Amino acid sequence: MQLTDRHREYWRKNLRMTALLLAIWFLVTYVVSYFARELNEFTVLGFPLGFYMGAQGSLVVYVLIIWFYARYMNRLDHQYGVHEGGRD
Amino acid sequence: MPTAKGFRQQLKRYYLLYTVGFLAFVAVLAFLEHLGLPPRWIGYAFLLFTILIYATIGVMSRTADVSEYYVAGRRVPALFNGMATGADWMSAASFIGMAGTLYLTGYQGLAYIMGWTGGYVLVALFLAPYLRKFGQYTIPDFLAVRYGGNAPRLVGVAAAIIASFVYVVAQIYGVGLITSRFVSLQFEIGVFVGLAGILVCSFLGGMRAVTWTQVAQYVILIIAYVTPVALLSFQITSVPVPQLVYGEVLQEVGKLEEKLFETPAEQEVRGLYRERADAYYEKIMRLPVSLAEERQRLTMRINALKEENAPMREVVALERLRRDLPANAEEARERWDAAMHAAADRGAMPIRHAEAFPGRSEAESSAARLNFLTLMFCLMVGTAALPHVLMRYYTTPTVKEARESVTWSLFFILLLYFTAPAYAVFAKYEVYSTLINTPIAHLPSWVAAWGKVGLVAIEDINHDGLLQLAELSLNPDVIVLATPEIAGLPYVISGLVAAGGLAAALSTADGLLLTIAGSLSHDVYYKIIQPRASTQWRLVISKSLLLVTAVLAATVAAQRPATILYMVAWAFSIAAAAFFPALVIGIFWKRANRAGAVSGMVVGLLITVYYMVRVQFDSVPWLGLRGIGMEPWFGIQSTSAGVWGVPAGFLTIVVVSLLTRPPSREVQDFVEQVHYPQLR
Repeated sequence: MQLTDRHREYWRKNLRMTALLLAIWFLVTYVVSYFARELNEFTVLGFPLGFYMGAQGSLVVYVLIIWFYARYMNRLDHQYGVHEGGRD
Repeated sequence: MPTAKGFRQQLKRYYLLYTVGFLAFVAVLAFLEHLGLPPRWIGYAFLLFTILIYATIGVMSRTADVSEYYVAGRRVPALFNGMATGADWMSAASFIGMAGTLYLTGYQGLAYIMGWTGGYVLVALFLAPYLRKFGQYTIPDFLAVRYGGNAPRLVGVAAAIIASFVYVVAQIYGVGLITSRFVSLQFEIGVFVGLAGILVCSFLGGMRAVTWTQVAQYVILIIAYVTPVALLSFQITSVPVPQLVYGEVLQEVGKLEEKLFETPAEQEVRGLYRERADAYYEKIMRLPVSLAEERQRLTMRINALKEENAPMREVVALERLRRDLPANAEEARERWDAAMHAAADRGAMPIRHAEAFPGRSEAESSAARLNFLTLMFCLMVGTAALPHVLMRYYTTPTVKEARESVTWSLFFILLLYFTAPAYAVFAKYEVYSTLINTPIAHLPSWVAAWGKVGLVAIEDINHDGLLQLAELSLNPDVIVLATPEIAGLPYVISGLVAAGGLAAALSTADGLLLTIAGSLSHDVYYKIIQPRASTQWRLVISKSLLLVTAVLAATVAAQRPATILYMVAWAFSIAAAAFFPALVIGIFWKRANRAGAVSGMVVGLLITVYYMVRVQFDSVPWLGLRGIGMEPWFGIQSTSAGVWGVPAGFLTIVVVSLLTRPPSREVQDFVEQVHYPQLR
């Protein structure tokens, strides 16, 4: 079927959110790890911060990214009428 | 749909009941141990009971329906698919090896923790919802429909089989290790017991049976993983939540490191190991003369002993030493090189656990950082490209649930990955505070018990009768396996750990075998060779292939291949380079075409394999290749080869696609249609 402007808008929004979340992922993964030595100067909950980010901090951010994306997209589906199942 | 909701409720009830039942089983065994049940029987009880559960689920879920067999009827709710993915994902390496790797490498080991979890972000953002929308059976299916023709499918099948087979061998090897240690079966027999355990789940019921056993296996593996370290944490800090409190213990470890590393005895021991490494270096430099001298020296000593009528035992020992000398200069170089490196490692300054990117110079430290970042990249992209994981997202009822089930997957994986670094820190604390500087004669009994299986080795190189840190060598696997004994817990906990390791290995092996058999029977046989085959016949083919693959993998595992750990890391780079670019570009860029995809997959794969082989090996005897070793580019290790293959794959797909004709209107429509959960 032919895509409408609304469909295209849905897809643009999806891409924008994907890019944003990917940037956060990149930040907590690579930028934080790159500066791990410097971050280790600080202490959180008894851990050196660089170590903590690698062992727990980044992982929590990953779950949050995925959780948020699922929620955002499931809402977007409804908003733009591309969700599965009945027309509610 | 009311039935779907009812189904979910029913599942929750069943698994809750099952979890309670399992805990009761452990409690009963603990009680029986208290009454005097010997450890051996506890081991048997765990082995039999868990395999019986898996077999029961396997038989109950038997099926002759293609959709049930390949994708569990697409009825798996997000929560349960998350658990199944967790078990599918966490292998023997995660369960047994990871805490040990963290123990040995400290911060550097966190590359695995982040790499194996951060990959799920890529799965969630780029793959899972779109693959679910596409909704076929295998990953090569997607490549074939998206790019058209058999070539993308065949390249996909080849890569899926290479990556999965290596991985499944490692799992079966892990099963052999566990059964041989905990129920004293011979390693080879243990391998085949494991094989039986795998087949009872996957053979009759395919994905459907595997899914429901994986959920059951997840429950066991997470209980088994967390329990011992929670008890250890309770003993040390009186808080049974190791994940929260190990920061303080880490600080204690840091203090012990300051104290231990600089003691005179420790420095002396390290010096002795460095001297040993130098001696090997000199011997290697003087090959082949040094080998002949060595033989000569032993012969002279043997003759001297014989002349003075020394005890026969000593003569025989020396003769064995002479017989075990390397046969030729090449073998000597290889063996002495390994011995030199081992000695040099022990002679080096030990790592500080929390220190990031240790190195004697800025350059060394930068190299460590670069390897950390690249390894993480390969593990992440590899995670998002391993077919057995991606396949799981075909099994949810909807796109919406596919997205949610990635969240659940990572959540369930995190429970274990949060715990692994805590394991390492607690174990290190115990070792540093109780083992080091203890008289070797008075070491706790677990040291000797695990020494017998070759996982712990002690050498009193300075003959002071005390154990120095550098004199102790631990195999990474021993950390998780021995923690119950280190903490002085009853044997039932050891049995629980064994059952958990078994569950981790079996669940992963199931998923992998299904992927391999599915690729061969569905993609090669049904889609290419015999498209008119009846559904019944397709399942017969699939089940036979599953059997053949499983036996083949067990046979390879029984040979105990030495490079198994490397091979697993390579599987990630291979999968990453072969699949990730083609899948992601296929979903997000309409203009990508068949020529681009096929050449991109092949180029990515070739570059990755080329780099691995040339960095890792100097010769491949069975191919007649010699002197092919090369210096790594920018000092990046072979396990991170995907860091070259993945970008090369992306670039090739883009360039070749742009140089050739765009794909047909139908294919472009197909790509658009995949973007929306439901177009109306």
